[in-house]
Amino acid sequence: MHDAVIAAWTHAVHLRGNASATHRDGQKSRLMWEEGRDKIAASIGAVPFDVTITGSGTEAINLAIKGLFWGRNGTTTSRAMGARLPRPRILTTEAEHHAALDTIHWLVESEGAIVDFVRVDDTGTIDLNDLQSKLGDDVALVTTLWTNNEVGTIQPVSEIVALAEAESVPVHLDAVATLGYTPIDFARSGLAALSVSAHKIGGPVGVGALAMARSWPIVPLIHGGSQQRLRSGSLDAAGVFAAGIAAERATSDIPAKAARLAALRDRLVTGIRETIPKAVVRGHLENRTPGNAHITVPGLDSVSALFLMDEAGHAASAGSACQAGVQSPSHVLRAMGVADSEGPLRFTLGLENSEAEIDSLLEVLPTIVARATH
Amino acid sequence: MKILAAMSGGVDSAVATARAVDAGHDVTGVHLALSRMPGLFRSGSRGCCTVEDSLDARRAAGLLGIPFYVWDFSAQFTEAVVDDFIAEYAAGRTPNPCMRCNERIKFAALLDRAIDLGFDAVVTGHYANVTTAADGTPELHRASAWAKDQSYVLGVLTTEQLRHSMFPLGDTPSKTLVREEAERRGLTVAHKPDSHDICFIPEGDTRDWLADRIPMESGDIVDPNGKVLGHHDGAQSFTVGQRKGLGIGVPSADGRPRFVLEVKTATNEVVVGMKEDLDIAEIAGERFSWAGNDPITSGITVATDDGFDEFTCEVQIRAHADPVPARARNRGGEIVVTPDVPLNGVATGQTAVIYVGTRVLGQFTIDRTVSATALVN
Repeated sequence: MHDAVIAAWTHAVHLRGNASATHRDGQKSRLMWEEGRDKIAASIGAVPFDVTITGSGTEAINLAIKGLFWGRNGTTTSRAMGARLPRPRILTTEAEHHAALDTIHWLVESEGAIVDFVRVDDTGTIDLNDLQSKLGDDVALVTTLWTNNEVGTIQPVSEIVALAEAESVPVHLDAVATLGYTPIDFARSGLAALSVSAHKIGGPVGVGALAMARSWPIVPLIHGGSQQRLRSGSLDAAGVFAAGIAAERATSDIPAKAARLAALRDRLVTGIRETIPKAVVRGHLENRTPGNAHITVPGLDSVSALFLMDEAGHAASAGSACQAGVQSPSHVLRAMGVADSEGPLRFTLGLENSEAEIDSLLEVLPTIVARATH
Repeated sequence: MKILAAMSGGVDSAVATARAVDAGHDVTGVHLALSRMPGLFRSGSRGCCTVEDSLDARRAAGLLGIPFYVWDFSAQFTEAVVDDFIAEYAAGRTPNPCMRCNERIKFAALLDRAIDLGFDAVVTGHYANVTTAADGTPELHRASAWAKDQSYVLGVLTTEQLRHSMFPLGDTPSKTLVREEAERRGLTVAHKPDSHDICFIPEGDTRDWLADRIPMESGDIVDPNGKVLGHHDGAQSFTVGQRKGLGIGVPSADGRPRFVLEVKTATNEVVVGMKEDLDIAEIAGERFSWAGNDPITSGITVATDDGFDEFTCEVQIRAHADPVPARARNRGGEIVVTPDVPLNGVATGQTAVIYVGTRVLGQFTIDRTVSATALVN
C-alpha cells in the first residue's frame, strides 16, 4: 500500500465512533466512510448510492450473481419447492474467475439454476454470436470478467451489453482486474452490476464494492442492521476511507500509467520471443490489460519453473492459485483450447517494476525454462 | 545439503523437517496436493487440495522459517495410485495404495523433480532408518522403536531412491516424544490426530467407494468344493481374510465363522471357508525390488541342491503384521518365500517385505499363494 493510503487508514482508525451511531463521533466516522465510498464510486463512474461496500471482491461477485438470480426468480411461487423458475439460466464463460464459477455452481446445485457456457475463442474473447444465440427471456443474468485475471484479455463490454439489453437481460462484470488499468464509467455503460476490490489497487484487503443499477431487482446476501441498501453489517470507516484514497490514486491518469506498464510488458514479451522461440503469448494481443504478460511453452513444467524463478528472486505464477496454493491446469487456458501439455507462466507487472528488473528476469528466464521443460 | 521436505500437514513430517533444519541443511518445504477433483468448479470438491492439511503444512514451514510450496501431483497420483487401486480390486487382488504412493509418487515423481531442481535429498516423517553398508551402499532398517516402525511401506524404495532419502524420526523412541517435541517447538500440529484411512476415500468406506467405480454383478458365495452358500452383489468388493458382511444364511457345520478364501473374478465367485483354510504355506511374486545390496551381494545366500540361491529371512505381509521367519529364494525371476509357520489371510496384490534382522532387504507383490491345507491334503 502507498504511504498515502496507510496514512488515511491510520488516521481514520483512530476515530472511535460507530459509523451508524447518531452521536457526533459516529457522525465523524460516517463521514469518513461516505467520503471513501464517494471516491470508490467516482473511480468507477457510479452514483455513490448505487455502490454497496462489501468485505471483498468475492463477496461483491456473490452478491451480484446470487442477488440478481434470486431477484429475477424471486416471487413466492417461483421459489416454492418444485415450482418452475421463470428465469433459470445464467450465461457465463468457462474462463471466469472461481469467485463467479463456484457461485454459479452453487446456484446450479442448490437453487435450480441452469448454466449455459458461452464460447470463448483462443484469445479468451467471448464469442458474441454464441452469446446472442444463447440469450433469451429465460436468462436471469449474464456475468463475465471485464479483464481476464489470468491471460489479461479485455472483453468487448459495449457489445455484450447491447446484445443483453435487446433481450432485457442484466449484465454483471467482474472488474476486479480492470480498475486502475481501463477507465470505467458504470453509469453510462448500461451494466446492471459491476464488482471491484480495493486490494488490487493498493488499498486495504477486506474492502470490495458492488455497483448495482437500481433498475434491477436484487436480493441481499447478508441480513441484519440494514446499514447499506444491499448489505448489513457495521461500516468499516477506516478501510473504506483508505480504499477511497487508493481508488482515487489508481484511476488518476490511467492512460499514462497504462502506457508505462504496456512498455514494460512489451519489453518482457519481446525479450521472451527473442530468447524462447517456442513460447506462445496467450490472451488477446491488442485488447489486453497493460500489466499482464502470459506465455505458454510446450512441455514446460510450470511448478519447476516457478520454483527456479522464485529462487532467482522473480515472482510469477502459472494461473491463479487456489487457497491451498496449488497451481493446477488452468481452466481458463482449457476454455481457450490450450492443451494441458502447454506449461503456462504469467507475469503481472506493476508501476514499481523497472526496466532493469525486466532485463534481469530475461537474463535467467531462458535457462530456467529450458531446465524445467521435459 | 539442499533438502526438500515433504510436509503432509501432520506432526511427524513437521518435526522431521524441523530436525533437518536444525541439522544445518538448506531446507525447502513442499506439500503434495494428491487428491484434487479435476474440473471447472472448486466448491463441493471436498478433496480440493486438502486445504486444511496444506495450510497446516504451510504454517509449520512458516514457523520453521523455510520456503514452502504446494506441488500438484494429483494427475500422477490418480494414475499411479488411485487407478491402480481400482484395477487391482477389479482383478480380485488387495493392493496397498500407500506403498504404491511411496514407490511412484513420493520417492519417484517428487524425488525426480527435487533432483532436477538441484536438491540432494527428500526428507519425510517416516519412522525408519537409513544406514550405509561397508561398500557405501545405503541400507534401509526398521525404526528404533518397533511399535512405530514404518519400514514396511518403504520396502519399495530402490537403492538409488534410498541414497536421496532422509528419515530424521527413525531413532525416536515414541510418537509421544515427537508430539512433545512439536509442542516445544511451537508447531501448531503438535496434537493433530493421526491419519489412518486411505487418503482418497474420505468417507472411509472402501466397499462403497469401489462399488461406484467397478462394474459389479451379483454372484455366488461358494465353499471350497463349489457348493453355493449364498450370494453377493459384486465379488470385487471382497478381500481375502474378510469375515464380516458375507451375509451367508447357512451356518457352517460346527457353527464357526467363515472367511473369504479367494475372490474369483473370472467366474464372479467368492470362495469362503474355515479360518485354517486361510493358512498359506508359500507366497511368490515376479514384481520385486531390492533396497540396497541384493541378497547375493549382501552375502547371505546359500546355494541349494536344485541350483538356486536361498537365504533365511523374515517376511512381513502387512504394515502392522508381525514378521514371520521364512526361507526365500529367487527361482528364475520369481521370488518364492516359504514361511516357517503358515501365514494367515494373504491376498494376492499385497506386498511382502523381506527382512534380515532389522534390515529391509526388499519386497515383492504377491501374485501367487499356496494353501497350507491344500499341501496337507
